Amino acid sequence: MLRYLAKRAARSVLTLFIIVTVVFCLLRLMPVEGYFSNFEKMTQSQIQAGLQSMGLLDPLPVQILRFWKNALQGDLGVSHIYRINTPVVEILAQKLPISIQMGVAAMLLSLAAGLPMGLLMGRFKGRWPDKVGTALIVLIQAVPAAVYYLYIQMYGTTLLGVGLLFDETNWRYWVLPVCSMSLANTAFYAMWLRRYMVDESNKDYVRLARAKGESESRIALGHLFRNAMVPLVQYIPSAFLNTVVGSIYIESLYSIPGMGGLLVTCVQRHDNTMVQGIVLLYACVGILGLILGDLLMVLIDPRITLSRKEEVR
Amino acid sequence: MLFFYKETKARRLEADLSRPSDGPEAWKDLPEDQLFEPAGFSARQAESTGYSNYSYWGSTFRAFFKNRFAVVLLAALCAVVLFAFLQPLLPGQLDPNLCSVDPATGIQYRNLAPGENGFLWGTNSIGQDLWARIWAGTRTSLTIAFFVAMIEAAVGITAGVLWGYVRRLDFFFTELYNICDNIPSTILLILISYIARPSVPTLILGMSLTGWIGMARFIRNQVIMLRDRDYNLASRCIGTPTWRIIQRNLLPYLVSVVMLRMALTIPAAIGSEVFITYIGLGLSVELPSLGNLINDGRKVMMQAGLRYQLLYPTLILSFVTIAFYLIGNAFSDAADPKNHLE
Repeated sequence: MLRYLAKRAARSVLTLFIIVTVVFCLLRLMPVEGYFSNFEKMTQSQIQAGLQSMGLLDPLPVQILRFWKNALQGDLGVSHIYRINTPVVEILAQKLPISIQMGVAAMLLSLAAGLPMGLLMGRFKGRWPDKVGTALIVLIQAVPAAVYYLYIQMYGTTLLGVGLLFDETNWRYWVLPVCSMSLANTAFYAMWLRRYMVDESNKDYVRLARAKGESESRIALGHLFRNAMVPLVQYIPSAFLNTVVGSIYIESLYSIPGMGGLLVTCVQRHDNTMVQGIVLLYACVGILGLILGDLLMVLIDPRITLSRKEEVR
Repeated sequence: MLFFYKETKARRLEADLSRPSDGPEAWKDLPEDQLFEPAGFSARQAESTGYSNYSYWGSTFRAFFKNRFAVVLLAALCAVVLFAFLQPLLPGQLDPNLCSVDPATGIQYRNLAPGENGFLWGTNSIGQDLWARIWAGTRTSLTIAFFVAMIEAAVGITAGVLWGYVRRLDFFFTELYNICDNIPSTILLILISYIARPSVPTLILGMSLTGWIGMARFIRNQVIMLRDRDYNLASRCIGTPTWRIIQRNLLPYLVSVVMLRMALTIPAAIGSEVFITYIGLGLSVELPSLGNLINDGRKVMMQAGLRYQLLYPTLILSFVTIAFYLIGNAFSDAADPKNHLE
């Protein structure tokens, strides 16, 4: 187990290193106006001098080395437009907590709503809870989130009597963003849980339970649900990524002062260093989510040994 | 044929028993020597083998057309797509970028409600005809989505087959997959759109950049599973060329999933376009797209009287995406050979 953990961690660090380097190289192609706050008024020589002083005209390997040296010391450069000459790390540190709170709340809510929904659908397969649930899932999965988020905001704000500007201290302002963010994953969990429960329901141990005279509800809860949960765990990492991506849109839509909203603002205002910092952070978060999912799977199902999974690859 | 055997036999026995003239009642009084008859031996029958007139595509289409709902939806979707592309050729259509002006006063027709002054779906804040804009936007979005789905399928299948067949490439592709799988594709899309100037090719590139690898991964797993099955080994032994084995023995297995993925890519691509437009990296307003229109509608959505500007584009978009999703699922069920057993 420990050996596996060490191997997995080393591998992740390597992947992270490659991804960050690739993203860094890609970002060298960013439009140059994103490095200056008063680009329109500058002459060509001023621009060249500015780029020179930032080290952006050095050969790529030199830039990569310098970037890694600084990044390991927690320095991602300074913002040039969003907040002039403020270190990127400092800005991100202010924005991160609320994003994390909101993401965790959304993930918990989607579990709390999606699992019972899938359970009901699997238990009453082919009857009205299943049909209503399926229709809901199709709606959530087929219609782009960018569209139904708008409708939730449009009608939800009037319904709850909240304004458009986010107020962190008032719980009512948290309801809509967290619910919107959790919708996609709720559908996701419900769909997979139902499918696994239906798959399991033809296995011998379920037939035995039925032959013993157990009630259908007890079979669904005590046998089907518990076994269907195991494969479901492997979807938690992708659910995590869903939440992260969903947060970009939601936070910006509700003007929540978090990471996602910040990314949209910085993209719109062409602040290169900020975009770079946030994109790199998101890449790290993605990798972290995948590791956590793998670990969770080992913990929950003793039959899965990940060393075998590696071999199959 | 073996699959059918048990079921048909059981069904025949049941049918026999329920017919009174043939059932146990009828046999009861027969003398024993009439009860059993030697079957005899026929050399021709002993040599004959089973024959199946099973055709993959025939069964697929038969199964699909049995699903009435999916067929109706398919017809409606075809009508909408056709109309979107034929709309500019119809008489009396306005240019989507033309700001209509009231000839009497010289003022633009701003925010006209649907139906007013002959604007079927109203006008936007600078007097452009929403009917023309929405169909033009549907064209743009569908074009992007079709291209993304095509590229994904073409690159995904090619790469997947190579990945599965050429062992030396396995390491390279696996590492590439691990890396691509770790970055949320939306982040990558934002990155590409940020670096390159927004345009239709940029969007297509950004969306299909990582999508193909999921498809390739699936194909690779299937290829590895099927590659060394006995019937493929046999084919190889009698000298069938590899591409023919791939074409005849492998790809039919993959049709259902490839079709499903393509059908699901289209709604996803349309959604990505809306998203990328929202964060300010989408197409310019001169080239209407559903993303543009929804974003314009969003800006006025808190004014109850102007909500039609959001409603119509989202209605068209929702219909198209839901239709693709449902038809894709129905077709993939129909294309799965497991569902062809009757």
